[in-house]
Amino acid sequence: MSAQNNKAQNEWPLWEVFIRSKAGLDHKHAGSLHAADAQMAIENARDVYTRRMEGVSIWVVESKYIHASNPDDAASFYEPANDKIYRHPTFYNLPDELTHM
Amino acid sequence: MSEHSNESTYQPVSLLYYTLQLADTALINGHRLSEWCGHGPILEQDIAVSNIALDHLGAARSLYQYAAEQFNNLDEASKKNAFSSPLLQQVVGAIDEDDLAYLRDGWDYRNLLLVEQPNQDWAFTVARSFYLDTFNFFLYRELAQSKDKSLAAVAEKSIKEVTYHIRWSSEWVIRLGDGTAESKERIQDALNEYWRFTGEMTHATEIDNAMHAAEIGVDLAKVKANWEERIAKVIDEATLTMPTGTWMQEGGKEGRHTEHLGYVLAEMQFMQRAYPNMEW
Repeated sequence: MSAQNNKAQNEWPLWEVFIRSKAGLDHKHAGSLHAADAQMAIENARDVYTRRMEGVSIWVVESKYIHASNPDDAASFYEPANDKIYRHPTFYNLPDELTHM
Repeated sequence: MSEHSNESTYQPVSLLYYTLQLADTALINGHRLSEWCGHGPILEQDIAVSNIALDHLGAARSLYQYAAEQFNNLDEASKKNAFSSPLLQQVVGAIDEDDLAYLRDGWDYRNLLLVEQPNQDWAFTVARSFYLDTFNFFLYRELAQSKDKSLAAVAEKSIKEVTYHIRWSSEWVIRLGDGTAESKERIQDALNEYWRFTGEMTHATEIDNAMHAAEIGVDLAKVKANWEERIAKVIDEATLTMPTGTWMQEGGKEGRHTEHLGYVLAEMQFMQRAYPNMEW
């Protein structure tokens, strides 16, 4: 606990902030900030990332809980899908009346 | 213009002074908080406290506009006696919000003594805001029912802002109080030192009573009861001790200020007084 205290004395944990705008459906990554706990993180996000009416909903996640794919794996992860055209959703003829597909 | 109540009549200048109590408190508090801009302990709190300062300045502007309108409608005798700041008395014709903010000297200001106290450090700023925000929270809730439409409108708008302010300062009191040994000591000292300025907020002056009788102002006894209950609850959650002093410093609402206000106004008013009517 004391090793953690030494680090905690110098810096609060880092949080990633996701904001959903009034017209939006999904939370978009807006940036990051430091805060001592989740409640402070939400309030800091409100002060830093919504002061110009950017959004109406806030998610905060401690950065250490975000796990991301490794860019070095990109080739093996994503390229095999390119030539399996039977999986791509591109063979439908959409009627002209449908405007939001 | 406000509607005159049937219950009792009051001097128009009383309503003007009451409006200025609210406006001046908002302005001086906004100014004090803005002193943190660029100097906050951490970026996010620098922005938070600057946002809160802007909320107060916004309320101050609305109130000063209403106050200027009231002053301009006073009869000549009342106008001459309302203030004794030389520069303001020299203004020809109608005055506006800027004249009230920049040309009045300390003795014509009616802000609470609490808000002119210095920032000192984060704990003192949090303690000062905690006391004021809790008061504003209950004050504006009552003021939103005022018979005076302008004051009620300002109160209505301020309620949402002050709901965030009271949350911000209360949570900081709890974090500092229930934090490290050092933070606990610092916030306790700050709460103790600024305690003597809390009585004035809910102690009714002649003008407070006149406005309450006219159903324009609020019932400060009710606000006081709510304030004491809320303060005690937060201090308890913060594992701190309620300050116990009974002597309260007063006079701010009547123009008798501590030495700090002079310095605040000197800094705030310097540009307008040195370069009259400057714009930028």
